[in-house]
Amino acid sequence: MFDLDALTLARIQFAFTVSAHIIFPAFTIGLASYLAVLNALALRTGRPVFIDLFNYWKKIFAVSFGMGVVSGIVMSYQFGTNWSVFSDKAGPVIGPLMGYEVLSAFFLEAGFLGVMLFGRERVGPKLHFVATLMVALGTFMSAFWILSVNSWMQTPAGYGINEVGQFIATDWWAVVFNPSFPYRLVHMLLAAYLTTAFVVGAVGALHLLRDRGNQAARIMFSMAMWMAAIVAPMQIAAGDFHGLNTLEYQPAKVAAMEGHFETHAGAPLILFGIPNAAEGRIDYKVQIPLLGSFILTHDWNGVVRGLNEWPAEERPPVGIVFWSFRIMVGIGFLMLGIGAWSLWARYRRRLYDAPWLHRAALVMGPSGFAAVLAGWITTEVGRQPWTVYGLLTTAQSASPIDAAAIGASLIAFVIVYFALFGAGTFYILRLMNHAPRPAEPGLPAEEPIRAGGIMPGPVMAAKNALPAAE
Amino acid sequence: MTLDLPLIWAGLIAFAVLAYVVLDGFDLGVGILFPLIRGEADRDEAMNSVAPVWDGNETWLVLGGGGLLAVFPLAYAIIMSALYVPIIVMLLALVFRGVAFEFRWRTKRGQFLWDWSFAFGSILAAFAQGVTLGALVQGIAVEGRAYGGGWWDWLSAFSLLTGVALVIGYGLLGATWLIWKTEGQVQRRAYALALWAAPATLLLIGVVSLWTPFLNSLYAARWFGWPQVLLVGPVPLAVLGAGFLLLKGLRKRQELAPFLASLSLFVLCFIGLGISFFPYMVPHAVTIHAAAAPDNSLAFLLVGAAVLVPMILAYTAYAYWVFRGKVKAVGGYH
Repeated sequence: MFDLDALTLARIQFAFTVSAHIIFPAFTIGLASYLAVLNALALRTGRPVFIDLFNYWKKIFAVSFGMGVVSGIVMSYQFGTNWSVFSDKAGPVIGPLMGYEVLSAFFLEAGFLGVMLFGRERVGPKLHFVATLMVALGTFMSAFWILSVNSWMQTPAGYGINEVGQFIATDWWAVVFNPSFPYRLVHMLLAAYLTTAFVVGAVGALHLLRDRGNQAARIMFSMAMWMAAIVAPMQIAAGDFHGLNTLEYQPAKVAAMEGHFETHAGAPLILFGIPNAAEGRIDYKVQIPLLGSFILTHDWNGVVRGLNEWPAEERPPVGIVFWSFRIMVGIGFLMLGIGAWSLWARYRRRLYDAPWLHRAALVMGPSGFAAVLAGWITTEVGRQPWTVYGLLTTAQSASPIDAAAIGASLIAFVIVYFALFGAGTFYILRLMNHAPRPAEPGLPAEEPIRAGGIMPGPVMAAKNALPAAE
Repeated sequence: MTLDLPLIWAGLIAFAVLAYVVLDGFDLGVGILFPLIRGEADRDEAMNSVAPVWDGNETWLVLGGGGLLAVFPLAYAIIMSALYVPIIVMLLALVFRGVAFEFRWRTKRGQFLWDWSFAFGSILAAFAQGVTLGALVQGIAVEGRAYGGGWWDWLSAFSLLTGVALVIGYGLLGATWLIWKTEGQVQRRAYALALWAAPATLLLIGVVSLWTPFLNSLYAARWFGWPQVLLVGPVPLAVLGAGFLLLKGLRKRQELAPFLASLSLFVLCFIGLGISFFPYMVPHAVTIHAAAAPDNSLAFLLVGAAVLVPMILAYTAYAYWVFRGKVKAVGGYH
């Protein structure tokens, strides 16, 4: 790695820190909503098992949320440290959107996370439910603004360029709701829900394999399998729409995803093969005739543009995009398969008595994370060589920093992230390894009031309940 | 009437940075003093005193960084690449201490590791922030619209001194916070530590203040030129006053006064910095107006900030009000 130039190192570093970060939001966005649903069910049905489940997942949420916060602080500075020219030029457009992300996340998280974690005993079930809903809304707002920023970089709209070469907004509505944003937002939110569903399903499956009578494990497994059965097909449809949008605005990316070098009418769908960028072809390919054109243009003889239409320096790296796209799609169809299998087991009334389904769901536990990462790699590598698509190249965006400095900090990030987030993942897995049990405790009493910190509501309630303690 | 949006935003960013420095300052300070607090129960008590507020405090740093990108993208671009090393070090150090708050309660066997992670991360983060400040004060080489120096330019005797000064200054904030929020053994320990940190902080403020005019003649002109010396003169006098109140409060074993006096020292030093910097965003290279994004970007975000920042402030103030009183090792606040 000592031959790498500063630009490559900066890209590796950004890819590493942003990949490490996306894992946590991908999980907490879905988990926040799941907690809100559990809370609503507890309120509606009054069954204690929903409170047990809420308390069980709340502890896991707290640990992963903490890691999301610290890795997120790093991200808000990485734009300047690694991409200072990009920050200067695109800052006037994307900066305010990121500012809104910080402000809304700040308010909703600081305000309500604590109440949610601290427990419904202190504030009463209604206020507690509102707090949980607000946390879910906060994570949604974060995703909304950040995806708007990313989408604007992919499909810029509503901008002008001023006399010093900065992008400026001419129409904020067009900037925020740029052409790829609605598709990306839906695709990512569904991905977050699926990721969480498969984690919840795996934990449920694990405890069903140990004790198929565990009531809480049954409920979480059943809920997760409903999500898989319903959301996986929705996600495949959303992905298809997103792909069509990409074909319209970033056709070179789609050509790399599909592995098309030549422009075809009636293009095949290439299932597998080894991309050979130097020769401009896919070796050893397995393909289905005409299906590629049908999927992309909804016409068996539609014309699909190949990478050869772009000059070599404007083509994305084919190998990475080709494979990451297949990994994402492959996992998507496996998820669909699990969903269908669970429907069949449910129909036969054997959902809790299907060890092979449980084993498969257990193995699929981390699959959502792999799919999210593969999907982001597809879209981010696929838009190369641009940071702002068609307008500003990645090479033009970089900071004037020596390769040695970026290399050294990259090594530091890798070591620190693996050590600390590795420890955090270990604690999460250990929490998941405990079977959920009746009267699942909240956060232990000897621990301080913490994480998400500012939580006056519960403390006020506690003070009012125990005036003698003052 | 047209609003001077860049100036308003410079004020807002300065406020966010000041809020960060004084708020995260005392909880970083508790981390800095952690190795000097002995015994598990005492450490639990010290950590519990900041546990409910630390991440709210730290979010001001995100607001400062994110805000800078949004409204002063040029300054953000130049400063982040010029101060690459200390900023990366600070971010990594903040990861170490941030996760310690959660992980420390997830293990008994490994608790000592997270204690060290908390202390080491706090000390390193404070030092890196001090170095960042010192490097900014001594000036940054700018070419065109980019940083024009090398990646070791930040390292100087002056920036190392400001690094040490901030570690000790945060230590003072942490010690006086603990005096206010704890009692018994932890409070006695905090008095002893504050009696060391207070004179050391005052001495370092003096050395840094006297050194600064020699870094650049523009600083000297700002502070010693006639007649503005009449305008800026009250700041050093107020520092002396706050220092006197701090030492007096510590000697008389007052509980709140030392913390307030330490906070005033930080606010006054920050005002001093503002006097030195104005009207520059990057000292003597890029002014506030040159660094600012176009007015429509500033206005777009100002609408949200005008609504949300007061709400955040009200909420924060309310939270501190609710968490008033002494902390115990077990069970958080009582």
